Amino acid sequence: MGSEARRDAMTVFWQILIDGFAISSLYALGATGFALIFGVSGVLNLSHGSLMVAAVVAAWAAGDSLHAGPYMGAAVGVAVGFSLSLLTYFVVVNPLQRTRKIREEEKEIFILTATLLWGIMIQQLIAYFYTDNAKTVAPIVQGVVAIAGVRTPSNEIFTAIVCGLAIALLWLLVNRTRAGKAVLAASMNPRGITLLGVELSHVYVAVWAIYGVLVGVAGVLLGMFLGISSYSAGPLTASAFSIVVLGGLGSVPGALVAAYVVGYLETITAYLISPAYRTIPALLLLILVMYVRPRGLLGRR
Amino acid sequence: MNRSGSRLAALAAGTALVALTLAGPASAQANGPIKIGVIAEATAVAGSSIPQAAQLAADEINAAGGINGRKIEIVSYDNHSSAAESVRAFQRAATQDHVNAVIASYISEVVLALEPWAGRLKTVTVTPGAASDVITQNIAKDYDHLKYMFHGYATSTSIADATCAATKDLLVGQLHMKTAVVMSEDAAWTTPLDAEYVKCLPQVGLKVLDHIRFSPDTTDFTPIFNKIEGEKPDVIMTGISHVGVQPTVQWKQQEVPIPMFGVSSQATNSSFWNDTNGATEGVLYQGFSGPDVAVTPKTLPFVQAFAKRFGHTPSYCGYTAYDEVYYIADAIKRAGSVDPDKLVDAMEKTDYVGTIGRVQFKGKDTPNPHALKIGPDTITGLMLQWQSGKQVNLWPAKVANGKLKFPSFIKIGSSN
Repeated sequence: MGSEARRDAMTVFWQILIDGFAISSLYALGATGFALIFGVSGVLNLSHGSLMVAAVVAAWAAGDSLHAGPYMGAAVGVAVGFSLSLLTYFVVVNPLQRTRKIREEEKEIFILTATLLWGIMIQQLIAYFYTDNAKTVAPIVQGVVAIAGVRTPSNEIFTAIVCGLAIALLWLLVNRTRAGKAVLAASMNPRGITLLGVELSHVYVAVWAIYGVLVGVAGVLLGMFLGISSYSAGPLTASAFSIVVLGGLGSVPGALVAAYVVGYLETITAYLISPAYRTIPALLLLILVMYVRPRGLLGRR
Repeated sequence: MNRSGSRLAALAAGTALVALTLAGPASAQANGPIKIGVIAEATAVAGSSIPQAAQLAADEINAAGGINGRKIEIVSYDNHSSAAESVRAFQRAATQDHVNAVIASYISEVVLALEPWAGRLKTVTVTPGAASDVITQNIAKDYDHLKYMFHGYATSTSIADATCAATKDLLVGQLHMKTAVVMSEDAAWTTPLDAEYVKCLPQVGLKVLDHIRFSPDTTDFTPIFNKIEGEKPDVIMTGISHVGVQPTVQWKQQEVPIPMFGVSSQATNSSFWNDTNGATEGVLYQGFSGPDVAVTPKTLPFVQAFAKRFGHTPSYCGYTAYDEVYYIADAIKRAGSVDPDKLVDAMEKTDYVGTIGRVQFKGKDTPNPHALKIGPDTITGLMLQWQSGKQVNLWPAKVANGKLKFPSFIKIGSSN
């Protein structure tokens, strides 16, 4: 009886470890993009969740209407995430940043509200054309493998690997390439970088483009793993927002750490307490951290 | 004329004008269209069929001459799956748009929110898809106020009974199963469903090992499936409607070796195969309609007309919404009036063969007044399974068009 209980406990332990890792990696990818946008261009993009939903629905629609295979569908999803992100910059964010009709101090609030409205518009458009029913994307990887005796969908491992690769690529881009270093410098001191002859507007476009790819990939992976509906847009934005605040506004490594903290907290809660309460401990942690250390875990500002 | 005389004349003229204005619309209404308000979740896959089916029925009735020469007009409101919006729509429908009856929603929470308003505004209201028993239990408690409410779909308790009847033949009789775990979303309609499952499943030979209720906002079902698998039941008895795509896709991805059987209302949609990218293969679900199943002589002609006009087959509440327009029109004809109380009397005497069976309502002295009668002489329900992209009916035997078939990762008889 004792060894049976121990075996069950070990099974649950591995399930939490694996499931939590996959979820955390997904959160990390989304939050990294969100933190990047805020860190470099100072915009809290409240249409974040809607962009992810749009990427998933595009990938699903490609599979449904165009009968595209899973690779093609995923490519379409990422392409839509990329295009919508750039559209968000050129149509919503950039005009407000450049206008002379709004006072400088008020621009942030205007941009915040504009991205919120933009997100709602996208969400409602998707619901209108495709209904608010959950959509899933045909997975690129199917089947299951056994890890430490726990039957795991191969898709989860694929998700974790792709997220890891994307984040590693981003790190390489920012730290090792000239263009990436310009982005990093712009996040620290926008004025300073213009003195070096770098066109700031090019940096912004580059950042939004990278963000678009990140959001597209995160959305498509989420669609393959759990599925998404137009209802998810709000909670996805809120989740990215709270992870980024927990990690420290403006700190991309902070967002990464916070994503794993939140992902594991949620998973442990879902397994050991109840799936209904999974979001609560993470929110409580956020409140605690805001109270004790307002700049977040690794925040600079 | 002196001043008091002119004031009197002005008063008389004013009164006459007001009287004419009041009489005007009333006489226009007696010859104007009969308005049926439709409050539904137009962006939800299931809900979108409600206004579409209602419009189809109205157009058919109008083409045949209407009701005593009066045409039926469908007034549609999208409630965005919100009870609060539904109430506002209902108030507007009754007080501004002057509808004579309302067809509302497939969500129990919405219908329960509208029920007192049907009483306050004395408007006959029928639901094509909500299932909570409380809807009709409320009518029993306060008949005089709530008699305007009619439950045009099966109650959760009768759905559970229909599922148990199918369980007896298919799971216990054919597959010799012994144990089950009940898995439902935590919503108003599943409370009586689960209570009845727990009662009727042992009576047909399945022991209920556990009863799991999860939040309808759940997106990650992994912990739930892992827990169920640890208990090793022969079947997962489902009660899901608000969710469907995600648990089904995750069930397949994780290759949970236990079949899913019971109520999964999204699985009734013909788009569900595409929505889940085929993950629904092998899922068994209770329904009142299925492709190519001629439940009544009216079923298949309705499906063909709907598909021709809207490009896809109707969801489960499309069938009932279509029937509702017809039997509301029939009740108005029999009552000879749109007076709410006379309409209620006529509705109670409904005996109409629709697309899902014979529609009759339970009487005012039963525990569930105005609920549909479910049984072999009225409406039996079906048990269907998704197989290779098609919805195949397996029960009752006389309208079955296929046999049980499961994907390779399912292990039948996995209980120890």
